[in-house]
Order: sequence, then structure tokens, then C-alpha cells
Amino acid sequence: MDKKVLIKLSDLKKDYVNEDVATEVLKGINLEISQGEFVAIMGPSGSGKSTLMHIMGFLDKLTLGKYFFKGKDVSNLSDDELAEIRNEEVGFIFQAFNLLQRTSVYDNVRLPLTYSSKKFDKNKVITSIKAVGLYHRLNNLSNQLSGGEKQRVAIARSLVNDPSIIFADEPTGNLDSKSGKQIMEILQDLNDHGKTIILVTHEKYTAEHARRILKIVDGEIIDDYQVKERLIARLEKDLTK
Amino acid sequence: MELASSLRIAFTGLKSKKTRTFLTMLGIIIGISSVIMIISVGAGAQSLILNQIKALGSNQISIFPGASEEAGPPPSVFGSANTSLKVSDMVALENAQNVPNVEAITYYVRGSATMNWQGNEFNGTFVATTASYPIVHDISVAEGRFIDTEEEKNLSKVVVLGATVKKELFGDQEALGQLIKIKKHQFRVIGVMTAKGTSGFENQDNYVFIPISTGQKIMLGIDYISLARIKVNSSENVNQAVEDIKAVLRDQHHLDSKELDDFTVRAQAQAIEIFSSITDSLTYFLAAIAAISLLVGGIGIMNIMLINVTERTREIGLRKALGAKRKNILSQFLIESIAVTLFGGIIGIIFGILMSLLVALIARWLGYNWDFVISVSAVFLSCSISVLVGLFFGLYPAFKASELNPIEALQYE
Repeated sequence: MDKKVLIKLSDLKKDYVNEDVATEVLKGINLEISQGEFVAIMGPSGSGKSTLMHIMGFLDKLTLGKYFFKGKDVSNLSDDELAEIRNEEVGFIFQAFNLLQRTSVYDNVRLPLTYSSKKFDKNKVITSIKAVGLYHRLNNLSNQLSGGEKQRVAIARSLVNDPSIIFADEPTGNLDSKSGKQIMEILQDLNDHGKTIILVTHEKYTAEHARRILKIVDGEIIDDYQVKERLIARLEKDLTK
Repeated sequence: MELASSLRIAFTGLKSKKTRTFLTMLGIIIGISSVIMIISVGAGAQSLILNQIKALGSNQISIFPGASEEAGPPPSVFGSANTSLKVSDMVALENAQNVPNVEAITYYVRGSATMNWQGNEFNGTFVATTASYPIVHDISVAEGRFIDTEEEKNLSKVVVLGATVKKELFGDQEALGQLIKIKKHQFRVIGVMTAKGTSGFENQDNYVFIPISTGQKIMLGIDYISLARIKVNSSENVNQAVEDIKAVLRDQHHLDSKELDDFTVRAQAQAIEIFSSITDSLTYFLAAIAAISLLVGGIGIMNIMLINVTERTREIGLRKALGAKRKNILSQFLIESIAVTLFGGIIGIIFGILMSLLVALIARWLGYNWDFVISVSAVFLSCSISVLVGLFFGLYPAFKASELNPIEALQYE
């Protein structure tokens, strides 16, 4: 790959200290992710895959090692600096959708811009909602949506600040297979248009929609390969119907 | 993040839990409305009492015979007759050069007597006084005229009837020009006073007025007076007038510098001050008790905000994940608690004003001359207290919310 390196981790370690007992969750991770990649991180629960995502997504701090983001050392940022970088560079999609309850689609998607220092632009919100095919649901409340629609709102929310990278943590985990397929289709589509996506999953089937798979066991990367024949999610029906 | 969007987030949060928000507000509503009501009712009661005192004449000075303690009551209160004040003293006071700010002086002796007209009897009080009595006491004549300065001095047997006395003796018949008997003496009716009702703890409608000389020499056989009242031209000059009066009377009584006053000079303003301070302190005391409910309301708010923070842990985690900084979360929850208390405070103020109005209307309906007073400062104070309660009791929950770790908060079940 000759594309620009987005994330570079060198010998990254993470310990959790609980009642004076330190547990080593990540044991020296070395990793490079370039712009435009679609990486699936796989591993059983407790393997450290979520912790790795949290650190790369600036939600958690590393214990040892270095983290370079867009070439800049971001290993030791303060809480507020992390919040700022999350707001500007990162989009998150969670397994449980995490929408604001009884709040409109529009307001949910708008949320990250509330915390942005940039001038608010309504068009960004509308564009994001159109990108996931939910413009007709603009003023519906979050609790009036189906699971698949909720996750699409979450995707629109992750896109609204035009992030450098999107982290999706088990995005299809709470969905039926049809809705899950739809979500994967949107993610693949976004990736085709140049978005860098990191997908965390424990399902091989879901992971094979990515272009590259990392396997983590016990805090170490045991496998890292390009998917030869990746699965393409395509629904026959139009999204908006 | 601008204030507008903070407010929007806060109100969305509050709207989603309407019942809870209202119940939380209730403590503040009750507290603030009690404070407003107590202050208003207190001010109304105070003005009622002060109006009665002022009805005596607001710029008045009273002179009693006999010495008294500085803050104690004059000796005449205890029923002892003291003869130290004479008409000659009054004449000296009437001399404008001696007491320059005097508008009018009146003085009198009183006695009780049975009055009689054609078999109708009335047991009342006769006040033997001077022509300036109506000016000092702020009363007026309804029919005929009051005693004049000639009659005041030359033992005229003329009488002016109080409204009640006129009604009791004459009913609807004409009283002017008639002769009535007071004790054994015949008096000609020259006037009837306008009805005034009870004011300043006495009812002038039950009095009849006769000239001072007639009262002293014919009715009572004395040469002293029992009380003098002086009206000063403005309240600022009262203190100076008191000093002037004392000087004149000491001179009249030939008292040297070692001897104490054998008379007592009291300004009405002193009485007003004393009553004001008593009613003020009562009002503030009661308002302070009512304010305790604000404290209780505040603790209720802290409690609910803590529950809010726990319930919305995932939301806080999400907001942090999407880039909310510590100060954003802190201000969101602070604004929420301040909005609850401020809104509750405003409802409390409106409710308190309505209750005060109700009290005023009932009091007026019962016949009291009750003023409906809402102090603007109490309203502003209540608003600021509401905001402070919200700020103070919202701070801890808001701080707790802002300290949450985003990952743990997102995984909170």
C-alpha cells in the first residue's frame, strides 16, 4: 500500500489495575493502518480487541508504547484533548446504537456538531441522513425506529463531522440478518468512497466483508491478512423503501 | 459550545421526565411562595398598624405632664394626675419664635359625663380643648363649626358632637342650635364632627368637644392640662422641634441644669419606628422559617439530579465519546438543575403573589384598610435564591456526571 499511514502503533501495551492487581490486556501491539482501509479486528471476548479499538479511538489511554495518528504522537493527551480529537477525527458506531431516547433523527445526528468548535452547518446533518437513506424519517423520534434504522442513524451520526476514521463495534450484533446486511452494505459503500473503517467483531462472516482481518488472542495479534474474496453485501431492494 | 444548545439539551432532558421534574420543583415552589406571601402579608399588616398610628397625625409630638424614663411610658399612663403642664406653658409654645416649626398646637383635659337631650342619654367623654384640635388630629366638622379661639378662652358653653353622640341623642333630627345637658350644665350645639371610626386606638365619634377654659373651670375645677399635641410642619423638623419644646418648657418651669424635666416630650415617629422594627423582625423571622423549605427543596433537587446522572450514565458516555468535554457535561447538568429551580421559583413567585392578593382581598372584605404590598426586592431575592439553590445543589451531581469515564459509562447497564 502506498497510501498515507493513518494509525501507527508501536509496542503498545495496556494494563488494567484492579484492586492492586494489574492485568495486562494488550501485550505489545505493532500495527499500521493506512487511509482508505477496511480492517476487521476479530477475536474472542476478553481478547483485548475492544480495548485496542478504544485506544485507537481515543476513548482510552495506553499504558506503554507509542501511538501516532496522522504522523503525530498522540500517546499522552489530556482528557479534553482526547475529547477534541474524538469530535473532529473519529466516528463511532456501537452495538447498542446508543441514540438519545425520544429525540428526533435530526437531533441525534446533529449531536457531535454540538460539541464542535466549528460553525454549525445544517447541511452536514441533512447530507449524512441522506447518505443512509433516512431523509424521510428526519423528524421521527429514535424510539419510533426499527433496529436497522437506528443503526443507520448511528452511522449518519458517525459521518456528520466528516471523520478520518470510523470505528464500528459489533455494529450488526443486535440486528437481524437482513438489517445487518444493510448496515454492512452501507459500510462497504462508505469504504468504496474512501472512508477508513475499523470493524470489531467476533463473527467470521461479518469480518469477511472487510478488506483486511486482524486476529487478536490474549492481547496479541496472531494473524493479519488481506481478505482474498471479500463478501459483498447487496440488498435487492432500494434502501429508502 | 454555545449557551443556546446547552439550554436546548437541558430542556430536552427535563421535558422527558415531566412528572418527576414537577415534583422536584414542588419544594422550591412551596418555599418561594411562602417567602413571598409572608413578606407581603407582613408588609400589609405593618402598613395597617402604621396607618393607624399615622392617623393620629404623622408629624405629631405629644407632651405629657410629669417626668418619665427615656424609653418608658409617660406617667399619666399609670393614672397619676400630674399638674405640671399649664395653659401658660402652651401659650409660650404657641409663640412662633420659641418653636419655629410648629404648625398647630392643641391641648386638652378630658372627663366622662352623661349627656342628655330631651330624655335621650349618652355616657361619653368630653374633651375640653382648643380651636386647633381638628387640625392636629386631622378630623373635620360635618355640620356647623368647631370651637373658635374666642370661645376657647371665655368659658363659652358651646359643644361640638362626635358622630355617634349626635346619632344617639338626636337620631335623624337637627342638632345644631339645640341645648344639651352635660353633667348639670347647658351647652349649645354648634357643630357635628364627621364620622371617623376607630383610629389610633380611640374612637373620636364617641366624644363631645367643649372649650378648654369651660372644661377646666366649670366642669373639672382644675388649672392644668393633661396632654398637649403638636403638629410640626414636616417630619424632618420633628427632632429639632422636640428639643425646642423641651427648652421652652424648662424655661417656663424655671428648671436649672441639674433638675430633670417635669414633663415628657414624645415624637410620634418614635412609635412608628418601634412598631416598624417589631413587625419587620417578625416578618424576617417567619420568612427565614419559610426559607428552610427551600433548603429541603434543594436537597430534593440534589437527590433527583443524582438519580438523573445514574439513569443517564450511557447518555453521558455517548456524549463524551462524541466529543463532549468535562465542562460540557458539567454545564449541561448545572443548567438542568438551575432551570428546575428557576422555573420553580417563578411559579412560586406567581403563586405567592396570588395568595397574598387573596389575603389582602379577604382582609379588605373584613373591613381592614389593608394594603396589598409586593416588594420587588423580595421577588428578585427569591429569583436569585432559586438560582443559587439550583447551582449549589446541582453542583455535586453535575460534577459526578462530568467525571464519568466514557467507556465505563457506555457499558453501564
